[in-house]
Amino acid sequence: MVSCRCAETVLNMRSALVSAETLQLTLKPEAPRLEEQALTLQSSGWDKETGKHGNEDLKEMLESNKESLKLEAMKRVVGLIAKGKNASELFPAVVKNVASKNIELKKLVYVYLVRYAEEQQDLALLSISTFQRALKDPNQLIRASALRVLSSIRVPIIVPIMMLAIKEAAADLSPYVRKTSAHAIQKLYSLDPDQKEQLIEVIEKLLKDKSTLVAGSVVMAFEEVCPDRIDLIHKNYRKLCNLLVDVEEWGQVVIISMLTRYARTQFTSPWKEGFMFDDNEKTFYDSDAEEKKDQEETKPYTMDPDHRLLLRNTKPLLQSRNTAVVMAVAQLYWHLAPKQEVCIVTKSLVRLLRSHREVQFIVLQNIATMTIQRKGMFEPYMKSFYVRSTDATHIKTLKLEILTNLANEANISTILREFQTYVKSQDKEFAAATIQAIGRCATNISEVTDTCLNGLVLLLSNRDETVVAESVVVIKKLLQTQPTQHSDIIRHMAKLFDSITVSMARASILWLIGEYCERVPKIAPDVLRKMAKSFTAEDDIVKLQTVNLAAKLYLTNSKQTKLLTQYILNLGKYDQNYDIRDRTRFIRQLIVPSEKSGALNKYARRILLASKPAPVLESAFKDRERFQLGSLSHSLNSKANGYHELSDWPAVAPDQSVRNVDVIEPVKERAPALGKTRKNKSQDKFYSDEEDENEEEEEEGSESSESSSSSSEESCSESEEEEESEKSSGDSGKNSSSSEESDDSEQEEKKKAKQKKSKASADSGSDENGNGPVGHDSCSSAESSSESGSDSEDDSADSPPPQKKNANKSQSKVVMDNSKNQVSLLDLDDFSPVPVNTSQSSVLSPSLMSDLEGLSLSNMSPTLQVTSPTFSPVKTHELLHHMSGKGLSATYHFPRQPCLYQPSMVSVQLTLTNHSDQILEEIHVGERSPAGLSIHCFNTIERLQPEASVTVSMGIDFSDSTQAANFQLCTKEDQFNVSIQPGVGELLTPCTMTQQDFSKEQGKLMGMNETSATLSVSTAISSAHAVSNQVLSVANVGVVSSGSVSR
Amino acid sequence: MIHSLFLVNASGDIFLEKHWKSVVSRSVCDYFFEAQERATEPENVPPVISTPHHYLISVLRHRIYFVAVIQSEVPPLFVIEFLHRVVDTFQDYFGVCTEAAIKDNVVVVYELLEEMLDNGFPLATESNILKELIKPPTILRTMVNTITGSTNVGEQLPTGQLSVVPWRRTGVKYTNNEAYFDVVEEIDAIIDKSGSTITAEIQGVIDACVKLTGMPDLTLSFMNPRLLDDVSFHPCVRFKRWEAERILSFIPPDGNFRLLSYHVSSQNLVAIPVYVKHNITFREGSSQGRFDLTLGPKQTMGKAVEAVLVSSQLPRGVLNANLNPSQGTYTFDPVTKLLTWDVGKINPQKLPSLKGTMSLQAGASKPDENPTINIQLKIQQMAISGLKVNRLDMYGEKYKPFKGIKYMTKAGKSVSSYLFEFLFI
Repeated sequence: MVSCRCAETVLNMRSALVSAETLQLTLKPEAPRLEEQALTLQSSGWDKETGKHGNEDLKEMLESNKESLKLEAMKRVVGLIAKGKNASELFPAVVKNVASKNIELKKLVYVYLVRYAEEQQDLALLSISTFQRALKDPNQLIRASALRVLSSIRVPIIVPIMMLAIKEAAADLSPYVRKTSAHAIQKLYSLDPDQKEQLIEVIEKLLKDKSTLVAGSVVMAFEEVCPDRIDLIHKNYRKLCNLLVDVEEWGQVVIISMLTRYARTQFTSPWKEGFMFDDNEKTFYDSDAEEKKDQEETKPYTMDPDHRLLLRNTKPLLQSRNTAVVMAVAQLYWHLAPKQEVCIVTKSLVRLLRSHREVQFIVLQNIATMTIQRKGMFEPYMKSFYVRSTDATHIKTLKLEILTNLANEANISTILREFQTYVKSQDKEFAAATIQAIGRCATNISEVTDTCLNGLVLLLSNRDETVVAESVVVIKKLLQTQPTQHSDIIRHMAKLFDSITVSMARASILWLIGEYCERVPKIAPDVLRKMAKSFTAEDDIVKLQTVNLAAKLYLTNSKQTKLLTQYILNLGKYDQNYDIRDRTRFIRQLIVPSEKSGALNKYARRILLASKPAPVLESAFKDRERFQLGSLSHSLNSKANGYHELSDWPAVAPDQSVRNVDVIEPVKERAPALGKTRKNKSQDKFYSDEEDENEEEEEEGSESSESSSSSSEESCSESEEEEESEKSSGDSGKNSSSSEESDDSEQEEKKKAKQKKSKASADSGSDENGNGPVGHDSCSSAESSSESGSDSEDDSADSPPPQKKNANKSQSKVVMDNSKNQVSLLDLDDFSPVPVNTSQSSVLSPSLMSDLEGLSLSNMSPTLQVTSPTFSPVKTHELLHHMSGKGLSATYHFPRQPCLYQPSMVSVQLTLTNHSDQILEEIHVGERSPAGLSIHCFNTIERLQPEASVTVSMGIDFSDSTQAANFQLCTKEDQFNVSIQPGVGELLTPCTMTQQDFSKEQGKLMGMNETSATLSVSTAISSAHAVSNQVLSVANVGVVSSGSVSR
Repeated sequence: MIHSLFLVNASGDIFLEKHWKSVVSRSVCDYFFEAQERATEPENVPPVISTPHHYLISVLRHRIYFVAVIQSEVPPLFVIEFLHRVVDTFQDYFGVCTEAAIKDNVVVVYELLEEMLDNGFPLATESNILKELIKPPTILRTMVNTITGSTNVGEQLPTGQLSVVPWRRTGVKYTNNEAYFDVVEEIDAIIDKSGSTITAEIQGVIDACVKLTGMPDLTLSFMNPRLLDDVSFHPCVRFKRWEAERILSFIPPDGNFRLLSYHVSSQNLVAIPVYVKHNITFREGSSQGRFDLTLGPKQTMGKAVEAVLVSSQLPRGVLNANLNPSQGTYTFDPVTKLLTWDVGKINPQKLPSLKGTMSLQAGASKPDENPTINIQLKIQQMAISGLKVNRLDMYGEKYKPFKGIKYMTKAGKSVSSYLFEFLFI
């Protein structure tokens, strides 16, 4: 016994060795290694004996008083169970230890109990009282594990006890115990289905649970026990949708598939004709419930808001690391989303292809089914389905299937070229599958039929037999679809006939010759002659076709073939295979006239030489559509146990109000808040206009003040040319307007025009890019310009004024950088009635616009790069004192990080502290002035405890001016006016550029850009470092190594 | 859901079985063995097999088949993903996932499997939670346990299990607070005979090793987040924040985890770092073939191409290869016809080449298929996609952690891999 223990210890040591750090390795001398080997030998020898009396030893150990011995014995028992050996005779000895204090021992006893309780029901009952006691334990882990084991013991007598325990646990305070009870429901149901009604009550109760921990498990129980009780879901539908993101990943899979089924019964089909949704609907409405409703009212089909809620809340899960979750969302979109939205799952599914082989297999199967119905979805990702030499064969064939499904007139040449390399693959099974795929492409796309056919004929001279055979079979099918003028191919195949040994191919050639024997009148009888010679040695399938050929030739060319046919029919009559004997008998009666043969004889020609319909070459995945994607049934292509079919959409949606719950939905709260920010955003030009106004007042006569204000901050590199053209456009605008209107009214006009403009471009962040003080690097500006291009295309459909603006924009893009472009636009737009501009705009088509964008991109200087902030000041400013704020105080500081809400915004961090002695509720940003001020508000703070503080970040677009941003900070009861005034330094963003670019930029700056500040630097600290620190504390600039501060 | 699990080794023996519901006889695996026999390669065993009463879903990793027995409809990916998670957990616990390691730790394995599934439904799969429930075996703990009689089974419910951040355990303490991030990229490319790229894509992951005290809240921002075409996150990443600001904000799990995996697909971004000149010919009628292969670096921005390994599956007719490498060593397996050439580092001044003859089976006709050439390599200090981490900030804790970012790229399925520079912020 002692030796055994030693062995165990050493074994553990050895296992640790593998993962041990070097330190531990060095600790271990050589000697124990040898010893260890000896011991393992010893112990293994000992193990063999255990078959007989080893269990006796274990029994003794289990009955001893020493805890360690018991544990040791239990470990070995578990080892036996793992190996699948029978240890049931130890049951009485083991069950005594169920009440052990040692947690590990107890757990191992549980393992044993669960395994053997079913076999030793009476003895198992001995342990029940222990579990009942443990169910009352204050430790939730012990309560949960007691329930787990109790419910896992499959002893029918204890069903009432289990039922009671489940009911109690379902009301437990600990969500973990409640989760365990959800699992126990399924166990009890499988043990005793009669308890269903009571269990459903528990499920109903647990479905109401708000804990994310419970949600997955209880839905699982629902699916197992009462999947048809859809009515239980109604009240919990919205809660489940909203919780979904926070549920653990396995629960997500179960909930999503349940909700898919639910939605198919409760909502009407979004696929109806006449249903049109914006392409950008997804991104657009994601956060905006308000606008969605407006949109829907105008449409013939209105999506149930709950339906939309489901789609919206599942979308982020496409980014899950769990492939099962991604697949579940993909199938949900496939089965529930409007056709236009399904495309968003494509990218994620393609990503899964990089995962493990098994994952690839399942995902490819599903993609194959999807590509049959919706080619367009995966076409852009065609190259992801190219076969790699390292792929397993079943992966290769699936990829081939998908490529074939994706083939169309446009990409067929690429696909065929790819197929050519596959045919040469060393994996012959795969090469054969490729040939079939080529055949399918040839029938589906008539343009390439001849090319494919020629290619296949070339393959007939391939050295590999399987390739040749497959080619023959495919050619046969192809010829059948268009039998005209292909007699030369048949002739060629007849020539090859001798060298082909694969019976399927030989049979195919014989059939072809027989079918088109009139086109090859000379060759056909000769082939029959050869066949007559070798008939007895052929395979059955070839024999059958020989008989067919003989019969057909007899009918068309009886003069030459009568004797041959009779010879073959005689051979067939005595063949071993009954099929062949039958066929021969039938054919003989049919074609050879005799007294007995009846009316059929007359029709022999029509029977045998009837024109046969061409075979349809279609995907093997065609019939898988009937199964829900991602399901086991889909993968197997046959209905699996417990598969719930997706119902068809109901014609009329059932009552929606069943899902109404009195509690307010959290999602609903968020939506209006975001809607607000959007509204503000759209007004931000209004504000920037005022700033322009100010500047113009200060700087009379400088036409391009606006452009200078932005370009100065921006310090992008543009050519002089750009500057000039822009100036001139500004000029013309100015002149014409000033002749018409007085200064004041001009400003008014401007405001209106800008508001209009900004509304149209409300969503294109890139427009704001231009005058943004915070960073966008060269890359992002390049992309954003393309974005704005596409946006403007969308906009152009809206209304005439924006269209004009867009045209202008694109035109100016030819020569201008993005930021400039926007500024000049403003000028042009202000005076839109001037006909000069409109005439230019009308000729620009969207495609031209994109061309032009390309030009503007190449104009960009590659050297512009925003550097990261080198210094973040710690200086905070007071926003609201707690005396004036009735206990609420607020301070702010500039973290000098690029604001991510919008590039043109400055990020501000706000620290809110509650100095009062009651809870402050609903702290949010209220009204702001100037009205157009663009602020990215922080989310409303629900409640702030006394003496608690919270830091939130917000973004404010100061429009490059130092004018203060005024807004209201509101609590539930009060409103406080506050204002944030930025220093000039905070509006800057550091950029790195070459000296050349810098001076070029500097040259372009107009006035109004200089800000000077005096720094008092004590003589003692004259190091460059100290100076730069001083500078950094006032302005957000980067440090250039040469010592010259940028800008 | 998952009824039972059988572990089958390469020679077709079941060496471990675990049942979560009533016992399923191991004879059910006969259907699996049948499929295994039919498959030419171990990888070709179909992952989903249907038997009269059960369904078998299997995963092959580390030359062990993990065969799960299912009785009713369940998404196959659910099971596959779970099985892979099991393998990952074993690897995490024992360092390796081999038959020997599993047999040595059979008790821990059993305890783990017991915790991971309840009634066939996943219960705890987060490594942080599992480690609190069942402590991984180390030499030290084994010693202490034998002396003191304490166990390596936790007595309390892991705190993560109940909290809103189930992936992190509470009360984490370190004396050295460090956070390391490895940006690992793989290029996956198919290049045709003439050297032009058919398809190329970059798959990247950010693996993190975070050892920080308390509940740190990290944000990681990129210089060029737009590069990331498609991403998937660890559950800890706040998705809304990423959507809005392109910043990774998260409370990290303790220890090693995969923060993010991403995909860069647009073809023009991908530069293949090496070129191959090859001339493999067989003459009709002769029993000799010529083999000539030269490698050279391309677009590596002055970084050395290292750990180059070339492998090629030669046609079946090849009996032997008599080659002469200018550097490194080569092996040719006459059974599998696999030629591997361990090149090592490519010296741009003296390009490595492998030249010589192949002898063909007498009388065999000229092979008409083209051998494919697979290349693996590493390049240090070079980011193939150009992704750069901008900064890493920590909120919520007072101390100043040591932060490190390592960029590196590994071999993809078809072509290559790299290693990048080391930088600290």
